[in-house]
Amino acid sequence: MSMNLVTVSLGIRSLIRYPVGDMRGLYGPGPDGRPGHVRQIGGRNSLQWQGLGRFKAALPLAATSAALLLAGCGGKQSALSPAGPVAQDQLGLLVESLWIMGAIFVIVCAVFLYSLVRFRARRGDDALPKQVHGNTRLEIAWTIVPLIIIVVLSISTVRYAFALGTTPKDPVTIDVIGHQYWWEFRYPGSGVVTANQVRIPTGEKVNFVLTSADVIHSFWVPELGGKTDLIPGRTNQMWLEASKSGTYAGQCAQLCGVGHAYMKFTVLAESPADYRKWLQHMRTDTVHATTPQEVAGMKLFAQDCATCHAIQGTPYKGHVGPNLTALATRPTIGAGTLPDTPQGLATWLHDPSAVKPGAKMPDLGLSKGQIEDLTAFLETLK
Amino acid sequence: MAAITERVALAHESAPAYHGIWAWLASVDHKKIGIMYIYAALFFMAFGGFEALAIRVQLWSPDNHVLTAQAFNEFFTMHGVTMIFLVAMPILIGYVNAIVPLQIGARDVAFPRMNALSLWLFVLGGLFLYTSFMMGGAPDAGWFNYAPLSGAAYSGPGIDFYDIGLQITGIGTLMTAVNFLVTILNMRAPGMRLLRMPMFTWSALITMLLILFAFPPITVDLIMQMLGRLFHARFFDVALGGNVLLWQNLFWIFGHPEVYIVILPAFGIVSEVIPTFARKPLFGYESMAMALSVIAFLSFMVWTHHMFADGLGPIVNSIFAITSMLIAVPTGIKIFNWLATLWGGQIRFTTASMYALAFIPLFVIGGVSGVMLAMAPADLQLNDSYFVVAHFHYVLFGGTLMGALAGLYYWFPRIWGRILDDRLGKWNFWLVFIGFNVTFFPMHFLGLDGMPRRISTYAAGYGWTFLNQLSTIGAFILLAGMLILLWNFIITFARKPDAVADPWDGRSLEWSLPSPVPEYNFAQLPLIEDRDAFWVAKQEGRPIQAAEPPGPIHMPSPSLSPFFIALTVVGAGYMALLHIDMGALLLMIAAFVQIALQLVHEDRGYHVHPQVPQGGAAD
Repeated sequence: MSMNLVTVSLGIRSLIRYPVGDMRGLYGPGPDGRPGHVRQIGGRNSLQWQGLGRFKAALPLAATSAALLLAGCGGKQSALSPAGPVAQDQLGLLVESLWIMGAIFVIVCAVFLYSLVRFRARRGDDALPKQVHGNTRLEIAWTIVPLIIIVVLSISTVRYAFALGTTPKDPVTIDVIGHQYWWEFRYPGSGVVTANQVRIPTGEKVNFVLTSADVIHSFWVPELGGKTDLIPGRTNQMWLEASKSGTYAGQCAQLCGVGHAYMKFTVLAESPADYRKWLQHMRTDTVHATTPQEVAGMKLFAQDCATCHAIQGTPYKGHVGPNLTALATRPTIGAGTLPDTPQGLATWLHDPSAVKPGAKMPDLGLSKGQIEDLTAFLETLK
Repeated sequence: MAAITERVALAHESAPAYHGIWAWLASVDHKKIGIMYIYAALFFMAFGGFEALAIRVQLWSPDNHVLTAQAFNEFFTMHGVTMIFLVAMPILIGYVNAIVPLQIGARDVAFPRMNALSLWLFVLGGLFLYTSFMMGGAPDAGWFNYAPLSGAAYSGPGIDFYDIGLQITGIGTLMTAVNFLVTILNMRAPGMRLLRMPMFTWSALITMLLILFAFPPITVDLIMQMLGRLFHARFFDVALGGNVLLWQNLFWIFGHPEVYIVILPAFGIVSEVIPTFARKPLFGYESMAMALSVIAFLSFMVWTHHMFADGLGPIVNSIFAITSMLIAVPTGIKIFNWLATLWGGQIRFTTASMYALAFIPLFVIGGVSGVMLAMAPADLQLNDSYFVVAHFHYVLFGGTLMGALAGLYYWFPRIWGRILDDRLGKWNFWLVFIGFNVTFFPMHFLGLDGMPRRISTYAAGYGWTFLNQLSTIGAFILLAGMLILLWNFIITFARKPDAVADPWDGRSLEWSLPSPVPEYNFAQLPLIEDRDAFWVAKQEGRPIQAAEPPGPIHMPSPSLSPFFIALTVVGAGYMALLHIDMGALLLMIAAFVQIALQLVHEDRGYHVHPQVPQGGAAD
């Protein structure tokens, strides 16, 4: 790719005629003999051409350093740190286009800045410059060359649009339903339902089946791949794959209301064995309230929470809010709003919409003691 | 030089004279209307800028609480609506109004009263939109207002302001398109063939065609949503069989041509300013005109690139990726032609030319990030992230606004008879240029780093804080630059109008008129025999030949009716908003009755007699 770039750009440069330079240097008598003129710059032996030669040599160096820069960049939700083949391919496309676009920008800037310096009006310049109206060969050239670049980019674009946009055979299927402002994940094969953290096996293609219960949301976990919208009345599909285990940060990427900034999720990728063990575990009874405080909390849950929330293996089947099975194993609550710790739970239970604008969960008016009981119970949900 | 000596009211004519503010409210003169468009645009820009600063302050640090999430959503929505509909379009339409009739050798537009109506629909419609802040909240579903979030089930009364307000301003814009299409096609001076028109007029012509075809889809979209919100229609209601994507498709069929509507006149301005200040004709004039037309045509073929993440499938995504990349070809042609215009020229650096020159690299950055966004699979990472925010600000600010500021400094003497101070202008330029890049370049990286757009806050630990802070600092540098422009306005208006008629050694016809430009523009319509006829005439040391003998000039009468029609329409809008359906209906009927009266009542106008200097044709 880089070699073609240099060839193309050199080719364009040859169409612009450089005035023949004088080896004596930049300043001196001009072609008409008048003193004090800046000499015409150009020609193979002039300083300016030598400057360009230095630039040509720097090209591979620039290439390497840019690649290093891009690879090193990236926080915890970065498209520049791909952890799976989809994100990898998409980043590859971005880098390919960045090179070509970067080269175009550099060439345009070079011609532009050169013109501003070389052709600026100087004191005493009264003669009109040559009134050139156009050049058909140039027009053809700078139509054809960009067209060729577009064709090159289109080939990769179409190739990946099909490769990444075609549902694979025999994937792991996970249904994603978007809500204001949380994520519902359902595993149709096993009947497991969870929220805000989705577990997937590493090294296997996972097909996410996406829809929404209310407004448009967008499922985006940059380290694994690009996004697809969750649209009510429509089912979209997107496949992703994690190459290595880890927890990958995701976030809603389509304005969905006041709580849009607070609608995060995580993808936990683990070995296929661990993943299937987890699925198995999620179908069994995950409630173990033993201490009096935990039992009190469970009673409170049945009374105040079960209308909206469900827990596997219990009679609580509310489906308005997130499924709370194994809640204590999740890193956060409130779709990324607070850490899943007793302190975080207590803050949430005290007044959800104070921490998360637009949270549909009401302030239940719980006393401090009630919050402590509930928290104790929720902490047992493993 | 010619000036009005007397206003003659013949027996069957009336020559109503308005004074003070009434003269402005009743004006049907394209020059005054242009001035009012520009003032109103700058006024709304202060609001849009304030909204931007508030957003940047809120995003200074993680978990900030300067703005509530609701206020944030209203602010970025109104920032987008304001900057596109109430600043970019009006300021460019203002230049089209002030300058295009002068460039084609006409005395006014084809429909002066309708021209005034367009203006007042914009001004009053914009104010209508802003009263939303005090009446239940501003629109808060983003400037593209996607259903179903913008439906009655999920949002408040602010969206009604959006639906109704944009219909009001939109009707005005459609009228402008009709007006200028007829004007440019029918009212050019004798001998001014299409390929002899200045490039700004070309860009205006193509822009008006874009408006004509792009505005109906959004009007339909807005009406459907209004019917849904006010009268329970079901177009976007999934539970009742509606389709949510219908909103998006219609919106973007408008929305993509819309961004070309705001960039094409800026292209036109650059195509005027660069040849003037390089003292060379525009390189490749025919290619440039062709490129404008191809861009406009292709702009209707790319809209689904805003919907790559909607799961429409690889075939649809591939088609629109290719068309979206193709549009870079005619755009690139324009960039190369401007570079070739500069090449071999004699470049003078004034504020106007510096803005036009800065346009080139900044627009190229926006353009190349656009090509990256066009590659559908890659776009799935970039879409709805700060990368897109960076891209469109580079083309809309680095492109449209830089072009508009170039036009401001360039045409200031033609419009207001004074020249803006150039030293202050250069301070303005550098602060704006530096501030702009510091604000928006980091956003490319924020997007690649996974920061979604339109989030009211972000958490620590993502690595986004530093770049957000850099961006906020840039916004305040921009503010400083704009305050200098304001100061420049103040001190320039403190002076008398003292500019010469042709301060820049211009090439096109608007510079051939005296300063200040007479009410009737041309004492005698010019006879055009070349492209850049004024320049050619100057080179040959002669005035432009007149195409008609001197004589009384027929002028249209001023009228308060357009202002009152617009007021009536806005009143109907308020009635609809407040669910006073009968009131809305009656006021709409009243508006139509006023329009019908204007159609039926023939304006006799009045005549003016320009004074012709001795020795032949006035110039």
